[in-house]
Amino acid sequence: MTLTMGEGDVQMSTLSAGGNHASESTTRGVELKVQEGISKYFFLAAASTSLLVMALIMIFLFREGLAIFGKVNAVSFFFGKAWYPTYDPPEFGILALIVGSVSVTLFSSLVAIPLGVGTALYLSVLAGPTVREYVKAAVELLASLPSVVLGFLGMVVIAPTMQELLDIPTGLNIVSASIVLAIMAIPTITSISEDALYAVPRDNLEASYALGATRWETMSRILVPGALSGIGTAVILGMSRAMGETMVVLMVAGGAAQIPSSLFDSVRPMPASIAAEMGEAPFGGEHYHALFAIGIVLFLMTLVFNLVATYISTRFQQKGASTL
Amino acid sequence: MTGAASRRYRMMTERVAFGIIRLLAGLVVITLGGIVLFLIYQGARAVNWSFLTEAPRDAMTKGGIFPAIIGTFYLTIGSSLIALPLGVASAIYLSEYAREGWLLKLIRLGIQNWAGVPSVVFGLYGLALFVVFLGFGVSILAGSLTLGFLILPTVIGASEEAFRQVPSTFREASLALGATKFQTICRVVLPSALPGVLTGSILGIGRAAGETAPIMFTAATFYTKHLPTSPLDQVMALPYHIYVLATSGTHIDQTRPLQYGTVLVLISLVLGINIFAIIIRTRMRRKKTW
Repeated sequence: MTLTMGEGDVQMSTLSAGGNHASESTTRGVELKVQEGISKYFFLAAASTSLLVMALIMIFLFREGLAIFGKVNAVSFFFGKAWYPTYDPPEFGILALIVGSVSVTLFSSLVAIPLGVGTALYLSVLAGPTVREYVKAAVELLASLPSVVLGFLGMVVIAPTMQELLDIPTGLNIVSASIVLAIMAIPTITSISEDALYAVPRDNLEASYALGATRWETMSRILVPGALSGIGTAVILGMSRAMGETMVVLMVAGGAAQIPSSLFDSVRPMPASIAAEMGEAPFGGEHYHALFAIGIVLFLMTLVFNLVATYISTRFQQKGASTL
Repeated sequence: MTGAASRRYRMMTERVAFGIIRLLAGLVVITLGGIVLFLIYQGARAVNWSFLTEAPRDAMTKGGIFPAIIGTFYLTIGSSLIALPLGVASAIYLSEYAREGWLLKLIRLGIQNWAGVPSVVFGLYGLALFVVFLGFGVSILAGSLTLGFLILPTVIGASEEAFRQVPSTFREASLALGATKFQTICRVVLPSALPGVLTGSILGIGRAAGETAPIMFTAATFYTKHLPTSPLDQVMALPYHIYVLATSGTHIDQTRPLQYGTVLVLISLVLGINIFAIIIRTRMRRKKTW
């Protein structure tokens, strides 16, 4: 509709211009029309390129990864406990890697949820405006710390300290990796939860105060339940981030491809396996394809997390006070 | 009496609960503060002029990190050159031209989820597509493309959001004055949305500078004395240098000061970029008149 307005404008200026100006104005009009057409297709081409790139990610990932299933059957790939990709004959069972990823993701969320949601509650209820600005900026900066830096800290500070304090064989284990992953997930959980808390209608809170409820009662029975779907989204996105994080688990989780029997065992989560082995896997070989297949598993698992998060946030969206 | 007692009990519960919440928030802030101060303290002892301007020596146990700084600089610039024009132009199409409907919804959903794809998966993608299939080899070009596409959804998302926040009355006023749609976009929509676009883009660039996993198999090399002379050269990069020194050297403990130094340089760069973005956004919010 706006486009036709543009064309109408060109015709009008042509009509209104008299004498010699007519041709000049027409040329200008044609120029604008051409510019208009070209620019539209330019922007369309850019958007299509972006979408093409997105599609190519999946195509290449699946093309390289699915090749492994020609040589190894899917059941022994997913449920095999032995990951010995460089032995002869090699064994490609990724169950230990999946368990590794799941264990660090779950344990890190145990640490990150109270801290992340607590900070969001502090920001939305207790903090004054100035403190709030600064704490928010701090949380945002925490989010921007490169993962290799946090992995490095986990390696040189957290792991040795834990090893000494608890007198265990290695500090590079599920607990230390989870602590570092939690630090990475907290900013995601905090900022999305805070948005959700902010979206709870003020009317509901005021009604609660008017009935004589204390601030804590209002917070725990009105504010948090009202924001629960948003907080759920935040937690799931935080977990998705922890699951896909590479450098931290590569440097801090210890790297043993085993099914852990305690929280202080080393594990080898999926991203760590990809990052550590891709450099040595001969191009186009079974190992190479197996690592891409792990990439597919990781891609699909984080995709499910993200889709569930999107679903929750749209399905249970608070649409004003009336839906409560 | 019982009323007063219950009141006291309720207030006490509140005090305890709020105390816990304050404690949790305090822990988060102290963690960040602690991390940054610790890294500055440890790093400051290693960073000096020659550390910043010299190449590594003696099997990377001495010397500086100049090649890694240059490498990260090239990769960051390269990925921005790819992600910014493409991202902003795509966002213009999505917000100004595309018709609302299920297709646009699906595309938005795709972009949103694309931003959540793990960075190591981008590394695999870059390896399969740019390094091998297109034959760029392990190079600045392959690494920049990989990082560029990694941050592309961030740039598109932030820019589209900024465009959509420009009031439609601005566009209508411009069109009513006889401007074409393209003129309206260039002279009205883009300038109004610029701070938002910039903030999103800068945050994306900060992320590109600090990523390790996507460049491990696409751009970064363990060690090179030479500075890159073409986009098809491999480079050293700060994040990868930290990883290599900390995990696979033969003198891990001996090079600890170098590791802290490199970490300090990297976080100064990344936090600097992010603080810049936060400042732009704060100023923009104050200035915003609509």
